[in-house]
Amino acid sequence: MGEEVKLHGMWASPFSRRVELALKLKAIPYQYIEEDLSNKTPSLLRYNPVHKKVPVLVHNDKPVAESMVIIEYMDETWENNPFLPRDPYERAMARFYAKFIDDKLLPTLAKLGQTAGKEKEETIEEIHEQLKVLEDELKGKQFFGGQRIGYLDIVAMILVWLHLTGSITGQKVLSTEKFPLIHEWIERVMKMEVVNECLIPEEKRQDWIQLSQRAPKSASN
Amino acid sequence: MAGELVLLDFWPSPFGMRSRIALAEKGIPYEYREEDLRNKSDLLLQMNPVHKKIPVLIHNGKPVCESVIQVQYIDEVWHDKAPLIPSDPYQRAVARFWVDFIDKKIYELGSKIWKTKGEEQANAKKEFIECLKLLEGELGDKTYFGGESLGYVDVALVPFYSWFYAYEKCGDFSIEAECPKMIAWVKRCMQKESVAKSLPDQEKVYEFILQLKKVFGSE
Repeated sequence: MGEEVKLHGMWASPFSRRVELALKLKAIPYQYIEEDLSNKTPSLLRYNPVHKKVPVLVHNDKPVAESMVIIEYMDETWENNPFLPRDPYERAMARFYAKFIDDKLLPTLAKLGQTAGKEKEETIEEIHEQLKVLEDELKGKQFFGGQRIGYLDIVAMILVWLHLTGSITGQKVLSTEKFPLIHEWIERVMKMEVVNECLIPEEKRQDWIQLSQRAPKSASN
Repeated sequence: MAGELVLLDFWPSPFGMRSRIALAEKGIPYEYREEDLRNKSDLLLQMNPVHKKIPVLIHNGKPVCESVIQVQYIDEVWHDKAPLIPSDPYQRAVARFWVDFIDKKIYELGSKIWKTKGEEQANAKKEFIECLKLLEGELGDKTYFGGESLGYVDVALVPFYSWFYAYEKCGDFSIEAECPKMIAWVKRCMQKESVAKSLPDQEKVYEFILQLKKVFGSE
């Protein structure tokens, strides 16, 4: 078919991992280029001159940047295993909660590693309120996408990361008592091979925690 | 398909203006409701409990929040009238990229221009102009970002024009001098009724900003 798909990514970036998951869910063969963010390849700078960030998907030499733009592009180009529902209202809802995760939850989580004492407690409170929004969204559903994994599940993978890193740092922000549905969802998605392939390998998780505490949103989107 | 359509909005909000333009472009009748943000209506709090913000588009009683999501929703439901988002997946991705860029940069930098002073303001002005220049590059020789007709990027960006006068007065600079192509594009957009009637008068916005500055104590 002459399709060439490349992904410029970085192992520690949740945005990059998100696109990898999307590629695997649609079984799209691709070439992965690991970027060293302190020494970006000329290709990356050429493909994403505006932000100079990962991930960038390159399809037949045409670049697409920004993880959510990439995921929608993929959904429209490869129609198997659709991510977004067909109904416009349900699509709007999926986009709304995905934006909520990116605009609200992720920045608050990033803040957590940099606060202490009372400020830390307040940040945890804020995270709990935000997690409650997602917990409510899972009511009566197997996945955020309904019966099947979808757009919002891909974005919500950050919850899996939160759960895994929580066991390492001892910071149990995502408690089972408060968020039973999220925990059930985590168990369900972690049974999927493609999800496991896109998680940070165990031996690198400590590094990831340190990295994310130092530089919340420096080089990836 | 039409049903009942209500837009909860606040007159100077560039985000609200996006939905106003999209609905006007497609000739869709709706009820506009002005919110007092210091005294939000029960309806607003009920329809947008997560963010408690405007604009909220309520279609047959169901809320759609976030302006970019609203514009996409409007385009998908009323897809046969004045399409805003391109049909080609790659062109769509390009349009979405630039709308994301506008959302990340323009509002925040513009806010810094009217809220801050000294070095912080100078940096914000510089970056603001750089962003507009990048957008000028994307526009190129096209009539609109959407080509021959108004598109998603045009709708997302043009509302900020109503704040340009306020930015210029507060920042003591001329946007037209730095970005003439941008202003030429704005003027073309303003010739469209859907845009002209959706944007408030720039002087009114400036007066509003002056009021805000008093409240925030930055004068």
